[in-house]
Amino acid sequence: MYAALWRVLPGPLAVRVLIVLVLVASILLALVTWVFPWIAETFLQQESVVESMS
Amino acid sequence: MAKSTQSTSPVSITGILGELLITAGVLVMLFLGWYVWLNDIVTGSVQQGAAVDVQRELQQEWEDDLATQPEPEPEETTEPGTPLDPPVAVAPAAGESWGALIVPRFGEDYVRAIGEGVDPATVLNSRTLGVGHYAETQMPGELGNVALAAHRNTWGGAFSEVGELQLGDNLYVETRDGWYQYAFRGLEYVWPSGVEVLLPVPQAPQVEPGEHILTLTTCNPRFSTAERMIAYAVLEDWHPRSGGAPAEISGLVEASSR
Repeated sequence: MYAALWRVLPGPLAVRVLIVLVLVASILLALVTWVFPWIAETFLQQESVVESMS
Repeated sequence: MAKSTQSTSPVSITGILGELLITAGVLVMLFLGWYVWLNDIVTGSVQQGAAVDVQRELQQEWEDDLATQPEPEPEETTEPGTPLDPPVAVAPAAGESWGALIVPRFGEDYVRAIGEGVDPATVLNSRTLGVGHYAETQMPGELGNVALAAHRNTWGGAFSEVGELQLGDNLYVETRDGWYQYAFRGLEYVWPSGVEVLLPVPQAPQVEPGEHILTLTTCNPRFSTAERMIAYAVLEDWHPRSGGAPAEISGLVEASSR
């Protein structure tokens, strides 16, 4: 799969590496900005308050 | 040459599956690293910066008050000599900040904005607040109990160091009137339903309050929601803003006004 993606990329080696780096960086940024906070808030709520069980 | 044609041949199902599984594994590791480590560092420092802004606003509000009100009134409320009769802070609307919490034991430059209410989405998980004031409890200056909540871990983990507090450690609550200085007294561990810690006299229903208490609640053990860790502190002193910040935190307060 990744080998196929690599072959699809245009240009010489340096350009390909640059494209991959940009892609990886933007994926990481998207994860940290939207995906991870959403997972944490939806599935892993840390309770720190005391409240009456009702 | 058969070898090279094979290496460029269409990928197999198992090959794709394997790569997807490796990707999933890497994503899980990334998430955990973010969850237990990176998010606390990033959110913590963002909350710190936001708290400094709040401190600046408090100072500004106080200066505006001085400018608009006739001189004697604020002068009188800031008269020293009545250390245990401080002014009562005014509670704002839910989700708004009315003060800052400064705890030297948590770090030299530790300051967090205190938001009204303990709603997770708008206060406790907020990148600009992080510490919440139980709206049903008293405000600083009122006889009774000022109860605050914050995360032990995740979302900045504002109370991650609560277990490190030592007897007599100072906790300061800054409002626009000045600094309420509380001294740490002790820890207590309760179940998540232990709301008695929020009473005007903690754990003592129907008792008239005679002291100014500050209560911190956070989760215990770390990364768990099984129990709650409670820290109690008692008002020791009151520093009106006109007299300047107490020596222990004057550096931090000065830095915020720059």
